[in-house]
Amino acid sequence: MPRLVRITLLPACLLIGGCNNWQSALDTHGASAASLKQLIIFIVAVCSVVWTLVMIAMIHALWRRRGERRPQPIELAPARERRLSYVVTASVGATTIIIAMFTLASFFTTHALNAAGPDDLTIRVRGLQWWWSVEYVGPDPSRRFETANEIHIPVGRNVHLLLEGDDVIHSFWAPSLAGKQDLIPGRLNELTIRADHAGTYRGQCAEFCGLQHAHMAFLVIAEEPADFERWAEAQRASAIETSDEAITTGRDVFMRKACAGCHTIRGTKATGTPGPDLTHVGGRRTIAAGLFETTRGSLAAWVADPQTLKPGNNMPLVPLTPDELRAVSAYLASLK
Amino acid sequence: MTDDAVHSETLDTELARDHLQHALAQTWKTEPGFWGALTTVDHKIIGRRYIFTAFLFLALGGVLAMLMRLQLAQPEGRMIGPDRFNQIFTMHGANMMFLFAVPVMEAMGVYLVPLMVGTRNIAFPRLNAFSYWIYLAGGLLLWIAFALDMGPDVGWFAYVPLSGPQYGTGKRADIWAQMITFTELSALAVAVEIVVTVFKQRAPGMSLDRIPLFVWSMLVTSFLVIVAMPAIMVASTSLILDRLVGTHFFNPAEGGDVLLWQHLFWFFGHPEVYIIFLPAVGMVSTLVATFARRPVFGYLALVMAVVATGILAFGLWVHHMFVTGLPRLGESFFTASSMAIALPAGIQIFCWIATLWDGRPVYETPLLFVIGFIVTFVMGGMTGVMVASVPFDTQVHDTYFVVAHFHYVLIGGAVFPLLGAVYYWFPKIVGRMMSERLGRLAFWLIFVGFHLTFFPMHILGLEGMPRRIYTYQPDLPWHGLNLFVSISAGILALGFLVFFIDAITSARSGPPAGDNPWDSPTLEWATASPPPAYNFTHIPVVDSANPLWGQSGVLNVASGLRTNRREIVVTTISTGQPQARESSPRNSIWPLLAAIATSIMLIWSIFSPWAVVWGSIPVAITLIGWFWPAGTPEDDA
Repeated sequence: MPRLVRITLLPACLLIGGCNNWQSALDTHGASAASLKQLIIFIVAVCSVVWTLVMIAMIHALWRRRGERRPQPIELAPARERRLSYVVTASVGATTIIIAMFTLASFFTTHALNAAGPDDLTIRVRGLQWWWSVEYVGPDPSRRFETANEIHIPVGRNVHLLLEGDDVIHSFWAPSLAGKQDLIPGRLNELTIRADHAGTYRGQCAEFCGLQHAHMAFLVIAEEPADFERWAEAQRASAIETSDEAITTGRDVFMRKACAGCHTIRGTKATGTPGPDLTHVGGRRTIAAGLFETTRGSLAAWVADPQTLKPGNNMPLVPLTPDELRAVSAYLASLK
Repeated sequence: MTDDAVHSETLDTELARDHLQHALAQTWKTEPGFWGALTTVDHKIIGRRYIFTAFLFLALGGVLAMLMRLQLAQPEGRMIGPDRFNQIFTMHGANMMFLFAVPVMEAMGVYLVPLMVGTRNIAFPRLNAFSYWIYLAGGLLLWIAFALDMGPDVGWFAYVPLSGPQYGTGKRADIWAQMITFTELSALAVAVEIVVTVFKQRAPGMSLDRIPLFVWSMLVTSFLVIVAMPAIMVASTSLILDRLVGTHFFNPAEGGDVLLWQHLFWFFGHPEVYIIFLPAVGMVSTLVATFARRPVFGYLALVMAVVATGILAFGLWVHHMFVTGLPRLGESFFTASSMAIALPAGIQIFCWIATLWDGRPVYETPLLFVIGFIVTFVMGGMTGVMVASVPFDTQVHDTYFVVAHFHYVLIGGAVFPLLGAVYYWFPKIVGRMMSERLGRLAFWLIFVGFHLTFFPMHILGLEGMPRRIYTYQPDLPWHGLNLFVSISAGILALGFLVFFIDAITSARSGPPAGDNPWDSPTLEWATASPPPAYNFTHIPVVDSANPLWGQSGVLNVASGLRTNRREIVVTTISTGQPQARESSPRNSIWPLLAAIATSIMLIWSIFSPWAVVWGSIPVAITLIGWFWPAGTPEDDA
């Protein structure tokens, strides 16, 4: 039965992986993930063969003398015991060789993964309950900028991630690009990723981190280098100014209420740090760490009742009148 | 001279069989009624209680698993909120590891080891009674807290800082940590009893190479407990200190280290897996021999494999920490050591298959569970080799792949043999056979249900589904498999239900078993079913590893023990030569009182550090009562 399940389900899942899986170790779009997938397939294939051989041996052992009712216990014959011991010893020898093979394959795969170069793009990723702070740190301090829950990277270039845990332990995992790495308070971990194709890849926290561990996702958006540079330049800019009245009303509400105490919007008085930087929140694909697609409606729903949508998260309910809510969500949506 | 006369009248050599049995029954009896139940130190009664309680916790843990499967059957399910879900999966893990798996294996040892080595009671029988009460108190603490919505919610591994003072508010993490203290205390007590029983109380003639394999596995397991458990007690005590009195063992801001917790936890946590698995190895070896109708192939190889597993178990813990950013060289070492443990496991599997190959298998329910075990455990072992590889692990660590892996090794590798063992030893323990028909039904439901439930989780993990999430979003392609898994879990639960029904009805009305219904070779089958309070009318003397399969069909016995006080034979460690007669303690209420005093101190210390000071006074009083000479013949010996 388990054999049957393996045969029928694995191709099905590979099929799914090939179509629409944007968070899968089997649907790879990065150098690391691709070599890990090769290793996974190699080990799984060898193990499947070994398992099948063991099952054949066991079934044969059970089959050869079936049908007797409880016979007297048999006496051991030295010649038979010796023959059995040859077979068992040979099997143990074969196991040793396979194990050694796996160990070497693992070692060389690991060795090939850590190819960080000096001119890699460096991004500091901090894990917080329950979102990701993303800071592009270059040698030039004036060109640094911060965003949240969405990491843009240029295709084909190594990206060096500095991973820090700010409160509890989190784990950064975008399986289509690379294996995971923990973010641990008091330590600095590093991970090098590279996307080989443009596209949007999903990742999520893989270390249990409390109430909303399930809703701590992020997107990695791999773009052509020119597109990436355009995006980065836009991100460095402060929030756009506008004279649209609905939007300026929303900005005033945002500054007047508790919002500005926790969020930063560069170019305004809002300089709070506990929550994500919202300078260009309207331009991100999702809000609340991958919970919803960013629309004016989802922003309004989120601001109106964050605790029902993501129970236990650290954003309090800020009482707003319907007009204020409309204005704030218009303002946030305008922050492209 | 008169003294000698008194002695000779009370020696077992002087009495006819009927009188002897009567005298021994008087000396070793447990008083009927409630008082007797509280004071008994009979390893069989305590073992039975332990087994029963552990299976009760299994059923409760199973209910939690079904609740999780209901919640995860559909994306963004709203049945259980994140707070309760985190409590449920923490409870499921902690309950299954600390209240079911380890205790049930210890319990089988408590019941069977003294019978299998041919002695009258376990070593330190009052400590044995104490260990059960402590275990029960720890279990009640955890479940009552859960019922009051105070159940731990930090995972069974309770990683800091999430479980630390800053992020784990309330008393939930303290309850987890103190439950650890309870169950480790009871496990350590049983481990010491088993080591001493195996080393010093074996039947005359039972040299090291004649010890039944189940006893060997319990011996190695006990050493693992003794070496591994202190690590977790240090860890959980440091956590309580961080939380209660503001130490900073795990606080990086004050020079503590977050990863220290993980090292300590897994230094215990990985051997823990073998503490559960090695007894199962012993069970399988026993069942394979009896049902293949020949002594197990490769006795020495199997013993060495068990010992090697026990030693290697302490060199693997870092493979739970492959993604924490440890140095590469260290990781490679732990890859190699984790892979290496596949060798003793392979030796075991090959020896069992060789035994079946050369034997004449009898297809009764216990053997079915052994076959199910081999099918399943080999798969679990292979996924174990996979997660031992650092690069492979970076993709599957903390995903459903790992959930699948450890259920394959824990259910397939330990629970299947355990269920087979229950079918096998139930007649000895209860005196009645379980139903062969229901047994087969239970086996097939559990076996098929298990694989349908857990195999798809491998795929879910590779498709990116992390563990410990209370829900997932509809735009992820996990919905179909999760629904399938949830439905399959129902089949698995049904199988366990059939097993429980079988056990309950057979205990009431199963056909009487007789002394040795399976024609087994080991000593526990050389006495009545269920065994009398004194286990054996005469202490058996063994001259082979399979004494009941001897050519003559006659078992030699030793005599010369007194009948008017509890007396056992002490033998040498390696050759099993008789060394001395030693008295074994009588029934006592003090272990229960000591357990109550200890429980009060431990639970109180969740709330105040002063509990350790004031709470230790009643503990000291009960211990004085425990060891105070009562003027019985046992004290004189």
